[in-house]
Amino acid sequence: MSSATEQLKKFKTFSPKKLPLEEPLAPGHRACQGCGEVLALRQVMKALGNEVIVVSATGCMEIISSAYPQSAWRVPWLHVAFENAAAVASGVESAYKVMVRKGKIPKKKVTFLAIAGDGGTADIGLQSLSGALERGHDFIYVCLDNEAYMNTGIQRSSSTPYGAMTTTSPPGKKSIGQHTWKKNMAAIAAAHDIPYVATASPAYYVDLMNKVKKASLIEGPAYLHIFSPCPTGWRCAPHDSIQTARLVVQTRIFPLYEVIEGRWKLSRKISKPKPVSKYLKLQQRFRHLTEKDIAFIQARVDKEYEELLARCGLQEGKEVPGKIGT
Amino acid sequence: MAKRIGIEVSLAVSEAVKLADVDVIAAYPITPQTHIVEHLSELVADGELDAEFIPVESEHSAMSTCCGSAAAGARTFTATSSQGLALMLEICYIAPALRLPIVMAVANRSLSAPISIWNDHSDLMASRDTGWIQTVAENGQEAFDLILHAFRVAEDHRVLLPVIVNMDGFTLTHVIEPIEILSQEEVARYLPPYSARMRLDTAKPVTMGPVGVPEVYTEAKKAQDEALKAARPVILEAWEEFGKHFGRYYKPVETYCTEGAETLLITMGSIGETAMSAVDAMRSQGKKVGLVRLRLWRPFPFTEFLEAVKGVKYLAVVDRALGLNGAGGPLATEIKAALYDEEERPYIWNYVAGLAGRDVTVENFVEMADGVEAAAADNLKSDYTIINVRE
Repeated sequence: MSSATEQLKKFKTFSPKKLPLEEPLAPGHRACQGCGEVLALRQVMKALGNEVIVVSATGCMEIISSAYPQSAWRVPWLHVAFENAAAVASGVESAYKVMVRKGKIPKKKVTFLAIAGDGGTADIGLQSLSGALERGHDFIYVCLDNEAYMNTGIQRSSSTPYGAMTTTSPPGKKSIGQHTWKKNMAAIAAAHDIPYVATASPAYYVDLMNKVKKASLIEGPAYLHIFSPCPTGWRCAPHDSIQTARLVVQTRIFPLYEVIEGRWKLSRKISKPKPVSKYLKLQQRFRHLTEKDIAFIQARVDKEYEELLARCGLQEGKEVPGKIGT
Repeated sequence: MAKRIGIEVSLAVSEAVKLADVDVIAAYPITPQTHIVEHLSELVADGELDAEFIPVESEHSAMSTCCGSAAAGARTFTATSSQGLALMLEICYIAPALRLPIVMAVANRSLSAPISIWNDHSDLMASRDTGWIQTVAENGQEAFDLILHAFRVAEDHRVLLPVIVNMDGFTLTHVIEPIEILSQEEVARYLPPYSARMRLDTAKPVTMGPVGVPEVYTEAKKAQDEALKAARPVILEAWEEFGKHFGRYYKPVETYCTEGAETLLITMGSIGETAMSAVDAMRSQGKKVGLVRLRLWRPFPFTEFLEAVKGVKYLAVVDRALGLNGAGGPLATEIKAALYDEEERPYIWNYVAGLAGRDVTVENFVEMADGVEAAAADNLKSDYTIINVRE
């Protein structure tokens, strides 16, 4: 097996003017207005094309795309349960591998994609994901992170950011709301020493699609953590969805990076960051936060960004090699 | 050519899986199932079986992986026991609903707490209404044969349902018995290659496991219920074919010395062999006692069971699990339900015996057969007794 770096030599970037016309996820579905998650999913599917088998965990994207007798899927799609998308994908991928080897089905390049929300990934599905990453199945796992259990009605997850209001982390006299810091799921995936890990945002769609395509070229497990705005759960305007997805990157709250064979690489350095308050104030879920709370969040975001720069071998003020989309 | 050899039953089960030329095995260790997947891992490591051996991180993932594999069109096997089956249970409901023909060996074991690794039917009963076809082996040869039967039934396009082959943990799985191991050619003649009716294929996309809105959920469940009932003739046909090929004929309900019997012992699993010895002993003393053993547990073989107990006065139903419901064991409640519409119903006393590896002896069976007659003579209301309790 050649290295991921060598496999990426075949990689050709998407350009905004020449995006694929195929829509493996059909336009008809039942997502809320302004759903950032379904936009991200559409971009994922456009990047992968039609030779893909999708395993979906229970969650918003499963509900909105598969209510029988309708289906928004133009590619083979399987849903089994909430916490097991990675295990189910392990079975599908292994079945293909052995059936091709035994000559039962024709050999062709098929991509195996598992998708789940942050609950199905960072909480209940973490064990199943960890097992599949450790075993080295050749599949892509995409976490569409809308930062709470949105499908059941906005309950907190371990991916909910500090200070956010959810129905199970309500702010009150004795609570700020979510009182733990967002779990760093991409770093957990990277700690499995898999060939490819990346973060992405639908506001930077070419970057997102390039990362998905890279993930499909690399043999072995790939993990993508995609920031997915949820106007319903975040109490923001549907038309601010993409703006939110852009601001989260511009404020350094959710930096875009890749980890290729253990080498951390920033996709876009935010040299002049916008204040986190600009991002927080677009969303009602943060409206109870005081200036002091926001200052605390700002300090932690700054610190984490510094740590990320160090991991990428960069320091503040220096130029980043490469630009977004490469 | 078939070969009769002395072999541990777990290993014989693995040999049956190998002869079925399985494609994907999901494996997680749990006592007393371990020897089955250990031997399969050796067969794969030695190149004797070309399969993907997936050492998953939990039984929940084992069953999930099996669902993915079967949906992709591969012949799929796993094995479990007790707590492992309990952890799988969520996905055990989904596999038959998605019509995925997975075969699973269950080395029956008690459920916690208190933790116990020994044999009873607590796990079997926990999974009884998941929608799987379930057979129960009495001895090693049956365990071997039922695995091949399971693949043939599960993958039949008239069925497409998963099958559990139950075998008592330790008392069966860890015993060395003389077992006739069939040859690859013989098995190939009985078990056709698996061809999925529908599979995840990019050339012909399908959506599997969609949301069931209230308008369709009931219909989906009715279809599943009908599919399980419709499996019954195929299960019988596959046993009939097995007999024609290999000379061993199996039935859903096995009877022993039932001619002229007034009292019948009812068992499932390996204690049936001890019960036979008890029947022999009682018959030699002129007692009119016989034995009925269930080999098919799901779908419940109503016709054959009612036929087997027709005209008898007393049933001593032996449960190896305690239904914590105030009504005794699950086997007895099932049997009482089966007999409800009969005009002449036998008097039933339910015995819960052999929990977590507690021995059930010939003397115990004699005690049970005598006990049901005595209770009837005393006009006691039909009830249950947990036997061998130290008090």
